[in-house]
Amino acid sequence: MNESSLQAGYVKHAPGFVENKGPKLITSRFKHTDSFTLEKYLSTDGYEGLRSALNLSPSQVHDEVREASLLGRGGAGFPAGIKWGFPPEGVWPRYLVVNGDESEIGTYKDRLLMERDPHQLIEGVLIACYALGLSQAFLYVRGEMALAQERIAIALDEAYKAGYIGKNVLDTKFSVDVVMHWGAGAYIVGEETALIESLEGKRGMPRLKPPYFPAAIGLYGKPTIVNNVETLSNLPWIINNGASAYKEFGSESSPGTRMFAISGHVKRPGVYEVEHGVTTFRELFYGDNFCGGIRDDNELKMFIPGGGSAPWFFKEQLDLPLEASAVGAAGSMLGSGAIVVMDETTDAVKACLSVVRFFARESCGKCSPCREGTTWEEKILQRILNGDGRPSDIDLLLDIGDNISPGPYPAASYPDEGLEAVPFPPKQTTICPLGPSSVAPIVSAIRRFRSEFESLITRRDPIPLSLDVEEVAT
Amino acid sequence: MSFFNEENEAIARDIVGRYPVARSALIPLLHLAQEQEGWITKPAMEQIAELTNTTSVEVLGTGTFYEMFKFHPVGRYLIKVCTNISCQLSGADELLEHVKTSLGVEEGSITEDELFTFEEAECVAACTEAPCFTVNYRYFHRATKELFDEVVVDLRAGESPLSKGSADDQGVMPEHGTLSRVRQQIPKSRCAGIKHPEEIKGPPNWIEESV
Repeated sequence: MNESSLQAGYVKHAPGFVENKGPKLITSRFKHTDSFTLEKYLSTDGYEGLRSALNLSPSQVHDEVREASLLGRGGAGFPAGIKWGFPPEGVWPRYLVVNGDESEIGTYKDRLLMERDPHQLIEGVLIACYALGLSQAFLYVRGEMALAQERIAIALDEAYKAGYIGKNVLDTKFSVDVVMHWGAGAYIVGEETALIESLEGKRGMPRLKPPYFPAAIGLYGKPTIVNNVETLSNLPWIINNGASAYKEFGSESSPGTRMFAISGHVKRPGVYEVEHGVTTFRELFYGDNFCGGIRDDNELKMFIPGGGSAPWFFKEQLDLPLEASAVGAAGSMLGSGAIVVMDETTDAVKACLSVVRFFARESCGKCSPCREGTTWEEKILQRILNGDGRPSDIDLLLDIGDNISPGPYPAASYPDEGLEAVPFPPKQTTICPLGPSSVAPIVSAIRRFRSEFESLITRRDPIPLSLDVEEVAT
Repeated sequence: MSFFNEENEAIARDIVGRYPVARSALIPLLHLAQEQEGWITKPAMEQIAELTNTTSVEVLGTGTFYEMFKFHPVGRYLIKVCTNISCQLSGADELLEHVKTSLGVEEGSITEDELFTFEEAECVAACTEAPCFTVNYRYFHRATKELFDEVVVDLRAGESPLSKGSADDQGVMPEHGTLSRVRQQIPKSRCAGIKHPEEIKGPPNWIEESV
């Protein structure tokens, strides 16, 4: 591709978004400069999904979402319709918390959805509240996303005034308040129980499980549905067009489309709405409709298929479809739709340290295997890079990882060396997956690029004691 | 002694009123305090405790968990340079080094003119637009050293550099502490009614629960 075709498709006012060929279910308005206004939203089928929903019974709306097999887009990929069925019978009130705390390394989609199409998200929120009888919804926007907060605040005001939110929505019995809440910088708050703690005005530390789902005991101890921004943004389309139309896109186990952010060493990095399950990583990286190849036509070295928490993939996995089950079986996860591509010039040890350092900094400190372990991992990797590594450090890294995440850590297959894929997810000695996530880059990098680590470890002298042993003895 | 000025105190009460439980307003009120003062002071925490039925120690306890809250003064413009993997692959380390040398201060401290503080940032969700830095949480995508220099020149001259940033975000650059330049307003006449969870006994009236 030449220079100009590589620029084609970028939508200037939606930085990073590439308007390419293919179905556009949730990014269809991004091309309009004023897509975030109520006026534009209403002129492009806005709030029609809510109107259709209000003509159905709440349980019919729930059935439609269940039927659509909409998978959660936050990272875990749990079916939204099933999650919605978890609140225990007879326990009220129930709440909705929208997870807009997007902060997984490499993830860039919810910010765009909030900035460019806040009404679509709000409409999804309203449909969920109607279907599930929720008293109040909290839209938790990441603290650092100032523009998203502005767009959502304005959109909520418009929607309240126009009668879409509040008392007797569109003159029906349905009444709900939607409040924008905003965070203050903590990756861990993306974990749903930590999100709830934060919304209760506390330190954002994950809660002990069970209960595994806040749908049983959540905000203020009441049943709470936590859904991701992208998940909810799909609802207006699903209700407008029906579950069967939705399932015409994507594959059987992963219907619909989803947003992927492809960053790093590709010619046309960007955010793409991609049909689930039918596109492969190879098409995504090399196809003219997507990223157009690796930078400078270099060789691909490795890629992260689903955010910093995901074990790395290599050339061998390029032909896997973008589908949660296939990627999981191959030893990693699609996670939050964050793909980071690294070419042959990338230093594997440095890349590994970069990801590990993130988890070390963002560990909330509640569980010691993670709090201590991630810090040790960072220190050891740093000293290897500095040329102060010891021969035992490689095994030490794996050993620390085994304390956070016991057993064989999920990893991609490596046919050249006869290594089989270990499927995702990993085991954990911690309350939440943050600690185990720090093990992903370590296992991936050492398994595939051990020689790079070894070439940095040149010192053979024993670690000097800081105190004189004889002195201590006397 | 009250910390919030009259206008902000009214806003604070309004924010508290949106939550079924007052303590939920704690983080938004810390933001409001930071907006008024640029950082979080002791009197601010005392008044927030009063407003949210907590103690000032609980406010401190919550506040210190979150990196956006500063318990010491920072520059009028807080520059955050992302150094996570996607940005690092696109030259963030060099950019950070340039920021450090051109401002002539260490990370976290304030320049002599009290205008700037810089920090390394964790992933800010602009990975396809790497490398990225933010100024008071306003995005500057596909950043170069030259872009950073231009932004600094604008800010020193008292001009808004936002036209050089994300094409979607224009207008005036606020001072540190201000995030959203607008606030959600819930009209009383339209509010469905915020109740404490214990006041709600059964399903809402549009739900017929099957028993």
